[in-house]
Amino acid sequence: MPDQEEPVWVDTVVNGVRHEEIVDARTTLADFLRGRLRLTGTHVGCEHGVCGACTVIVDGAAVRSCLMLAVQADGAAVETVESLADGSGGLAPLQDAFSRHHAVQCGFCTSGFMMSTTAALREGPVTCARQAREVLSGNICRCTGYTGMVAALLEVGGGEK
Amino acid sequence: MTAVVPEKKMIGASVLRREDRRLLTGAATYLDDLELPGCYEAAFVRSPHAAARIVSIDTSAAAAVPGVLGVWTGADLPEIAKGIPPKVVHPQLRDVPRMPLPADFVKFVGEPVAVVVATSRYVAEDALDLVEVEYDVLPAISSTGAALASSAPLVHDGAEDNVAVHVTQTAGDPTAAMDAAPHRLRERFTVARGGGHSMETRGVAARFDPTTEQLVVWDTTQSPHYVRNTLAYLYDMPEDEIRVVAPPDVGGGFGPKAQFYGEEAVIPWVARLLRNPVKWIEDRRENFVATMMERTQVHDIEIGFDDDGHILAVRNIFEHDQGAYCAGLQVPMITLSTLPGQYRIPNIHTELIACYTNMVPTSSVRGAGRPQAVVAMERMVDRAAEHLGMDPVEFRRRNLVQADEFPYRVGLTFRDGSPLTYDSGDFPLLLESTLDRFSYDAQRDLQRAARAEGRLVGIGVAAYVEGCGLGPYEGSRYRLLNDGTILVTLAAAPQGQGYETVYAQIAADALGMDMDLIRVTTGDTSRIPFGQGTFASRNTATAGPATLQAGQEMRGKLLQVAEAMLKTSAASLTIRDNRVEVTDDPTRGVSLRDIAGAANVGKHGITLAPGILPGLETTVYFAPERAAYASGTHAVAVEIDPETGAIDVLRYVIGHDCGNVMNPMLVDGQVLGGFAHGVGNAMYEEPFYDDSGQPQSTSYLDYSLPSSMEVPPVELVHVHTPSPLNPLGAKGAGEGGTIPVPAAIANAVEDALRPFGARITSLPITPPKIVDALSTDDLDGTGPWHG
Repeated sequence: MPDQEEPVWVDTVVNGVRHEEIVDARTTLADFLRGRLRLTGTHVGCEHGVCGACTVIVDGAAVRSCLMLAVQADGAAVETVESLADGSGGLAPLQDAFSRHHAVQCGFCTSGFMMSTTAALREGPVTCARQAREVLSGNICRCTGYTGMVAALLEVGGGEK
Repeated sequence: MTAVVPEKKMIGASVLRREDRRLLTGAATYLDDLELPGCYEAAFVRSPHAAARIVSIDTSAAAAVPGVLGVWTGADLPEIAKGIPPKVVHPQLRDVPRMPLPADFVKFVGEPVAVVVATSRYVAEDALDLVEVEYDVLPAISSTGAALASSAPLVHDGAEDNVAVHVTQTAGDPTAAMDAAPHRLRERFTVARGGGHSMETRGVAARFDPTTEQLVVWDTTQSPHYVRNTLAYLYDMPEDEIRVVAPPDVGGGFGPKAQFYGEEAVIPWVARLLRNPVKWIEDRRENFVATMMERTQVHDIEIGFDDDGHILAVRNIFEHDQGAYCAGLQVPMITLSTLPGQYRIPNIHTELIACYTNMVPTSSVRGAGRPQAVVAMERMVDRAAEHLGMDPVEFRRRNLVQADEFPYRVGLTFRDGSPLTYDSGDFPLLLESTLDRFSYDAQRDLQRAARAEGRLVGIGVAAYVEGCGLGPYEGSRYRLLNDGTILVTLAAAPQGQGYETVYAQIAADALGMDMDLIRVTTGDTSRIPFGQGTFASRNTATAGPATLQAGQEMRGKLLQVAEAMLKTSAASLTIRDNRVEVTDDPTRGVSLRDIAGAANVGKHGITLAPGILPGLETTVYFAPERAAYASGTHAVAVEIDPETGAIDVLRYVIGHDCGNVMNPMLVDGQVLGGFAHGVGNAMYEEPFYDDSGQPQSTSYLDYSLPSSMEVPPVELVHVHTPSPLNPLGAKGAGEGGTIPVPAAIANAVEDALRPFGARITSLPITPPKIVDALSTDDLDGTGPWHG
């Protein structure tokens, strides 16, 4: 059999909590987050890095957690969708805007959109619909047609009102 | 039927969704998120051939992999070796058994032939590679043309040809009318396959409790009761021993999840054999080859019309790709009756030839047979207008069924056997409202100016009707809980439509109560015995009225018990917050909790007081008399880049009529999302199979799902013609955004290319097709533009 059972240490901080775990070397970051840490908000939609449902933020950059191994997150800080709302139960402005603009239907892709847009907004404001569409274009949604997402992103994008 | 909505407070309001918080915070529970400690995971060995005889399968090496719990082939599971019955049949259908795991032959690439269960999906996939299957490869069929060719190889032995069913319907005397028509035009249109591509793939998990002998099955299905009934049949088990649960969060459906697949029969069975939970989560590669698709049809349509632009006759013969097996005839039967659309056509010939091919079976995908019919009809309407030198909008005006003609009998028979009848609508208003928003005349001026500059700008319009709100029935059950809140239980299962919100709105108005006191639960066969499911844009018009009526009955019961408890008359009672009060004296009242205590909890062994009803629950199953008809008209302006063949959508307006609307925000969401799907069908999505039946586009690098860059901004215009067929006046909203998009964009593209006389006859319309049309068609200047 192939050496699928090769165990490795992963020492990573996820949503501010340090985790030291032994995993199979081939475990993807998505499966590690979902299966081991039971952070099931990160979803696996295509497993080949196109749909973006599994997007998380690793050391500040939005990445596809289906294309990254858990061991590659060793020493890194990972943020998932579970980190966005504040502890008191309030939604983050981006989440709230997604709800009010009906940018969520089945919700499966939503976590990925949350994380990729969160990373984009940290880089700078989103000021026009064209730019909002570019920011959103790295992820696929099959339900909403993106209209509500564009509106939500513009609302919280930090552009001129 | 008269509308009996008591007082509309919540119905019609754009209430924000209750579902959103958990979806936005990562707290939702999709199938793969279920806590099933110790659950094994399964993977399927799938055929790499489109047609082959299975010579042998050796599972010994796979079974020996550490962590593998078992490997089963079809031959190892004779107990479930039964054909999965097609969902919709026809007396003439030549049905071929579709086995959960075929033991002898494979008929399409991706068909499962063995299952491996292991401690993890990783280990299961290691073992998959070690299952050795010897195949005797056979000739394959990968198009309707190949299937229907003389001396074509047979997809299934034991027949003379590959025809699954051949159905013809007529209205009037189409042959005589066509012969006598002053003008006749004919064309052949091909619409490609397309998939549902829910972002969550299919999945099923199961746990067998040997003590109770109950099998619990979690399934991403759109139709939990259909799954339960099918499993009960396949397993020869009483249906009450099988509990099928669609999790509250299912990541999109769009049709393919309304069907039943072999994997759904295999996984619970092996969970029972192993006495341990087992789950299978389809990966995207499997989804591309093994989840049903739709759309492939080839239409040969002829239209006859007079000098004034009145349609006299239409004859349409279409080939439908049924795939390797018939999972149901719903799609082509819908195409048959959708053809006439919004037009008054006295003579119709509509003919279906469904054939078997060596590709994954087809079934409903959002739109379900309607986009193809609309392509055929609306493209020919544009051709007829062009032939007469008439504005295509004016041609449509002259043929629309008028607002005072409802109920309108088309002259054909709907698939339920009843005369095809449109319940209500206002097609002229829909057209004019859409054109007003679109600024049609101004758009034509812009087009003329653009053409004068040598730019290729075109305008397309397409109209449709959608039979929706289909029967047979849907149910809603209310119960007053002991804490004084109301639980509404639906059999139907959502995949993002917001049922927990919209049915609470309907219930709030039916009960005359605040939404806060009402909770909606869905998709669990143990909570309500009968149900059909979520498909065919049907639930608002079926589960909606059931929820309204059951809620009104519940209100009556609450007031009756309160009346007895307060020793007063129900006519003078009001429900305010969580209390039933005497209207004139609010100090006198009982809480809903008190009512539950009196009527539901009771006192052990003590006779109920007079007037107290025992056990406050109501259940209503609403069965519509027939389908309601939603309708819509789309208008689009496009510009073509002649160098690259790229299509730029300049403006898109959707006119939409789905009757009375429960939650406008959610309806808009349905239309906008459906539109994106239609954009994919029109310009991007094509699951291409080569001549040997090998799928060639099995990743999102090869199969283009529209992103936010491809889906253009769109404007919505609403018309509301209530359906008389249900007390909410509701129709369906799930598919109208999708249905006419391919036709509208094709009309616009051909209009843009009219200076070249180029013809668009195949969808999706991709840049290579446009470049081909520009370079090969009619460059001698004899096209209509030049004439």
